[in-house]
Amino acid sequence: MAAMTATGARTQYETIIGIEVHAQLRTASKMFCACPTAPPPDAADEPNTRVCPICMGMPGTLPTINRRAVELVMLTGLALDCRVETAAVRFERKNYFYPDLPKGYQISQYALPLTSNGSLEVPVPTEGGSVRIGITRAHLEEDTARLSHAGRGFSVVDFNRAGIPLMEIVTEPDLRSPAQARAYGETLRDILRYIGASNADMEAGSMRIEGNVSLRPMGDDRFGTKVEVKNLNSFRSLERAMEYEVARHAEALERGEPLRQETRGWDEGAGRTIVQRSKEEANDYRYFPEPDLPPLRPSQAWVADLRAQLPELPAARRERYETELGLSAYDAGVLTADVALAAYYDAVVEAGAAPKTAANWVTGEFSRLLNQRAADGLRADGVALAPGGLAELIAAVESGSVSGTNAKAVLGRTFASGESPLAVIEAEGLGQVSDAGLIGREVEAVLAEFTSQVAEYRSGKTQLYGFLVGQVMKRTAGRADARLVNDELRRRLDEGA
Amino acid sequence: MELADRTISEVGSLLRSRTVTSRELTEACLARIERDGTRLNTFLASDAAAALAAAEAADAALADGDERPLLGIPYALKDIFVTRALDDAGDDLPGGLPTTAGSRILAGYRSPYASDAQERLDAAGGILLGKTNCDEFAMGSSNENSAYGAVRNPWDEATVPGGSSGGSSAAVAAGQAFFATGTDTGGSIRQPASLSGVVGMKPTYGRVSRYGMVAFASSLDQCGPFTRSVRDCALVLGALAGHDPRDATSVDVPVPDYAAALTGSVRGLRLGVPREYFVAGMEPGVEAAVRTAIDVLRDAGAEIVDVSLPSTDHGLATYYIIAPAEASANLARFDGVRYGYSAGDDDLLTNYLRSRGDGFGAEVKRRIMLGTYALSAGYYDAYYVKAQQVRTLIKDEFDRVLKDVDALLAPTSPSVAFPIGAKTDDPLLMYLNDACTLPVNIAGLPGISVPCGLSHGKPVGLQVIGRAFDESMVLRVADAYERAAGFADLRSPLSHA
Repeated sequence: MAAMTATGARTQYETIIGIEVHAQLRTASKMFCACPTAPPPDAADEPNTRVCPICMGMPGTLPTINRRAVELVMLTGLALDCRVETAAVRFERKNYFYPDLPKGYQISQYALPLTSNGSLEVPVPTEGGSVRIGITRAHLEEDTARLSHAGRGFSVVDFNRAGIPLMEIVTEPDLRSPAQARAYGETLRDILRYIGASNADMEAGSMRIEGNVSLRPMGDDRFGTKVEVKNLNSFRSLERAMEYEVARHAEALERGEPLRQETRGWDEGAGRTIVQRSKEEANDYRYFPEPDLPPLRPSQAWVADLRAQLPELPAARRERYETELGLSAYDAGVLTADVALAAYYDAVVEAGAAPKTAANWVTGEFSRLLNQRAADGLRADGVALAPGGLAELIAAVESGSVSGTNAKAVLGRTFASGESPLAVIEAEGLGQVSDAGLIGREVEAVLAEFTSQVAEYRSGKTQLYGFLVGQVMKRTAGRADARLVNDELRRRLDEGA
Repeated sequence: MELADRTISEVGSLLRSRTVTSRELTEACLARIERDGTRLNTFLASDAAAALAAAEAADAALADGDERPLLGIPYALKDIFVTRALDDAGDDLPGGLPTTAGSRILAGYRSPYASDAQERLDAAGGILLGKTNCDEFAMGSSNENSAYGAVRNPWDEATVPGGSSGGSSAAVAAGQAFFATGTDTGGSIRQPASLSGVVGMKPTYGRVSRYGMVAFASSLDQCGPFTRSVRDCALVLGALAGHDPRDATSVDVPVPDYAAALTGSVRGLRLGVPREYFVAGMEPGVEAAVRTAIDVLRDAGAEIVDVSLPSTDHGLATYYIIAPAEASANLARFDGVRYGYSAGDDDLLTNYLRSRGDGFGAEVKRRIMLGTYALSAGYYDAYYVKAQQVRTLIKDEFDRVLKDVDALLAPTSPSVAFPIGAKTDDPLLMYLNDACTLPVNIAGLPGISVPCGLSHGKPVGLQVIGRAFDESMVLRVADAYERAAGFADLRSPLSHA
């Protein structure tokens, strides 16, 4: 970034950012034991209820690997163009003492991660383009317990979170602005949700981000002093915290003050970062291969099978929507942001609906209905109306057999009931009337009933035209083909003038 | 010979012929425990009422024709195996025994679950008498490192029984149990078996589940039996062995009928004698007894060949890097936070330091320090990585030699039982006790110690080492020796006290 550009005279600095993401994996059970990762539906999550001797680190217990967690990391690696390791992959012990760590070590990966060496193309709309971010590694580890500093002088520990599978994704120091950091986080979140690896919800804590920032004079190839920022609760916090740090670093560098390599925490309320830990206090984690777990040797066949399971990723889908289906960038963006919505849309198109019209319906009325029930957690894949039904309805509108207004009403009903829209139109008599004779008789009747309004219209008060159309529609219960009503009414009014 | 000193095979026949009851066997053991237990310090916990109740249930099953080989046989578990002592609500289970691992830090600890060994022996119909004394966290070769005091050797109560499973070996030698479990990380079953004049076997790494064994060094620990005959050893091993999905290092290979392998013949077998195992400093009486044992096998028709395992010398150094490294992490969970001894200090760091400082004994602290050092940044490659390389070398040497011979013959320990206190001031001298046993753990192979006579009135053990998962061959050779040598009825002075 060009820091202090307003002053011009000062040094130009380049911002260097690397991102570490921890994402909780979407598995039913914990990483090394059979405890559930979530409470039963409709049950409160009481502390220390989803625990067992293994995730509590009781003497004599041993870990066993959750196969699904391994798959989700490999799937993520494939989605990020990583190399997926098929040699002997070891888990390692990361040793340190803390009350949130039941065994006194965390089972993680170190020397040889499950996946490494990938990249991700990140669109950065505010910078009018996209950047390619190198992915150093994505590996598997277990989460710690949750500590709450409950009162004065003591803390309480909840082991429900202890042992939940966690994936750590680390980038190369390839990001060059806070906006890119945010865009990377959002793009990664979309991918993790797409492939079902994680709910990736920052507010719920299923996705946690740390940013590493340093500045260096433009053109310099050595890195400056790096600061790690934690406690970022949203993508916006990430961007703001990075902006704050960039400014703080630039200012210190300008003043010739030394920067310290340290970990800082973002204070959302105050809008600033504060020192948490300096490098001098850094731990020696004494990593060594976990002897309780034999090396993992993912087979080529397993990797190939996962590759085949990999869904179309957001970027490819957006590209396909724009170039193959001719959607606007906006519609393509709205649809791809939600994997379930995009899948629903694809099915509607598959069932024969014209892509652009289908996009209008899915991003319009369908999404409006979906949003009304967003609080219940309804996603497009939970909507009762089958995509084929929506395609039928769209076809009916296109052929003129139902009016747009009535079609919306039919969608509103069938959305939740799952009934066939055509059957509802039939049963409720909502089909559009295109019989010219019938429409002519209704127009005749309106002209006969509202003679004074007709006279006023003919004397120049043309705004009364809408009123007359409305009367015809009223007499046909909204079913008359608006185009035919229009033609007939104009002809009769002009005739009599 | 009194009932309490007989073999499982003998009393098993008596049980099935209804000549004796399980209750009588249990009472015989309890009487010996009553008479000598406190003096020998063999048991750390026992529940006579629970044992007698189980014996009566076994008698009922025997009356129904139940023919499980261990049904109604009283046994003891080394106090490193967790025994279930809490119910699902976390309340004390009647008859549930505490688990201390010989450490103050687990004083009074009650496990919420049972070890695989306890479950299997329960399922086999064994009658659990109690938990036997051992070196703290299985670290020691004399049983003098127990926080609950040294164990005395029934052959000479001024001497040690060997360690770390000294309580188990002494209990079986003293007629207090018909068999007992031990754990062997560097010789902790075979060496005390040798010093106590009983049979003790370390199976192949992965043959028996480690689930519920308080871990010392995960890549070396293995559970095995102490018995009064090789045939008994085959019976108990058959009950203990088998794949356990809760232990990822347990191997899924079928468990053969070990007793069926005891043909009594070694005719045509090639048995190797590794010259490096007859080490300088070995007691002449031990060497003489072992050489004589080899002659017995030669006379029985085995071909005896001289072989070389040149890396044997590096075994001790390799072991004392790997085992303490793993132990330093395995023992991190004893932090005074969730269970066991806690100093109860309000300050977290002070509580860690005081709980572990007061809770662990000197040898455990020494090994935690050794292991922590070996894993530290800057030393890891020179120590831990190098030790792993030597480990591979030692393993390869065994594999190469065992391609050419069916099994190896060696002394179990370079000395007979030594006086209590003789080696406590010199850890290195103590470590040398395991020079002949620990290479077998490093290579993960099965090994047995079988009594081969006396030196100065104290038992000597012959060690038989075999190929991975070829326990049948090891048992066959040991059994043939036992039959040919005439030491099968060797019992400690306490058997006719």
